[in-house]
Amino acid sequence: MTFKVLRPLLSLLACLLIFSGITHAGENPEKIVRLATTTSTDNSGLLTALLPKFTEDTGYQVHVIAVGTGKALRMGRDGDVDLVLVHARPAEDKFVAEGFGEKRYGVMYNDFVMVGPKSDPAQIGSAKTAVEALKKIADSQSTFVSRGDDSGTHKKERSLWSKAGITHDGSWYREAGQGMGKVLQIASEMGAYTLTDRGTWLAYQSKLPLKIAFENDPLLFNPYGIIAVNPQRHPDTNYAGAQALIGWMISPKGQELIGGFKVGDNQLFTPSADAGEFAAFSHAH
Amino acid sequence: MEQLGDATGSALALLFSGNADLWEIIGISFRVSFVAILVSTPPALLTAFALAYLRFPGRRLLISINSTLLSVPAVVVGLTLYILLSRQGPLGEWRLLFTQTAMVLGQTVLAFPILAAMSHSALQAVDKRAWETARTLGASPLRAFSTLMHEARFGLMAALLAAFGRIIAEVGASMMLGGNILHYTRNIPTAIALETSKGEFAQGIALGIVLLALAFTLNTLLQNVQGRGQPVA
Repeated sequence: MTFKVLRPLLSLLACLLIFSGITHAGENPEKIVRLATTTSTDNSGLLTALLPKFTEDTGYQVHVIAVGTGKALRMGRDGDVDLVLVHARPAEDKFVAEGFGEKRYGVMYNDFVMVGPKSDPAQIGSAKTAVEALKKIADSQSTFVSRGDDSGTHKKERSLWSKAGITHDGSWYREAGQGMGKVLQIASEMGAYTLTDRGTWLAYQSKLPLKIAFENDPLLFNPYGIIAVNPQRHPDTNYAGAQALIGWMISPKGQELIGGFKVGDNQLFTPSADAGEFAAFSHAH
Repeated sequence: MEQLGDATGSALALLFSGNADLWEIIGISFRVSFVAILVSTPPALLTAFALAYLRFPGRRLLISINSTLLSVPAVVVGLTLYILLSRQGPLGEWRLLFTQTAMVLGQTVLAFPILAAMSHSALQAVDKRAWETARTLGASPLRAFSTLMHEARFGLMAALLAAFGRIIAEVGASMMLGGNILHYTRNIPTAIALETSKGEFAQGIALGIVLLALAFTLNTLLQNVQGRGQPVA
């Protein structure tokens, strides 16, 4: 009798069980590669365009975890992912030098641009260098939104401020602590300037009342590197999968796809893998 | 910037055109949250029973702890489990970080205090004599326990629905533990966060509508069940 009266609860549980289908059918962990990467490669749609083709070619599924460069490198250091695709050259070199990553391969580049309100209140359009542009922003106390999340873009921004010798401690300087897309939205709501990679900017510009206020300074070069987590330090990462993805990204096919990826009419990234590195890589693996 | 109306219109179009990506995200959300409820219900019921019917040292402390857990933010649960599950953490051997299982764990931890607290109240509201009577009449403890559960079934149902409502809508723990991986750990709340950050409001609103529809359905169900529970005059 008691079991009969328990029916409402039991049937609810049974429903949950049926709906849930706890299985992870068809998932072979050896065929899964975990890639920690930056919001700029993911939010722009590049990886969504590329990775299905990689899966077709190699059978590997790529699990993309999109975070800031700082967090991505941290995940690599802890062995929580198999490889990283990031953009902060000094941090990448340190990551490899300290033995967390195996070898850095250049993949592609774009550049950073400073975007701001269409009226350009700080007149940074007339600046000669990125450093001068930042000085103008600081001098006019124009609002500037920083990523504030230790991402590659944030690292670049901090290095520019320190080159300009400016300590940004006024109320005009806002740290958002969010991804690039979100920061662009915040900047447009606040009528503020911000530093962004060109790829994300091109993907978002049609939705924002902002314009490129300053561009084309060698300091704003933005190269992306891909690094496998050192298998000696973390033997149970999917090293073979990581190698397969690196080899594919720097192969002529991967490079052509990167160069051909467009949002609207704009190419977002310029492939830049070193042919010599690819030859050496193919030879070694 | 899209107007709210436009975004909502596109959202409905997305939903009803059977957009595969969107429905996949919805499926992942439900699967993870259902499993989490399944896992947390038995221990929560036992805890609630112990709190309501047994007298033991530390009982009051346990109640206070559980009530405190009710207000722990999801991100804190997420961060704690992240540290435990990371390869550098004590449970790193399990290799669970950035999997659906990790999300289930997070949501189980989030659901437990609600289930335990609400079931505790529900069981406490049942006449104490139900248990004693059942036992006196020769019922086994298991059977007497079932009787209690039956007496409290409406309160317990409400506990289940409330817990489900919390975990299916939480974003902090799922984002940290699942990593928001497309086709795998991207659920409704993490997808809303991502789509919003990308400025794709239609997708975000479409998923929001699903959550609202779900909440409405669950509450209607609950009303019905409770309605049937009313004594016939």
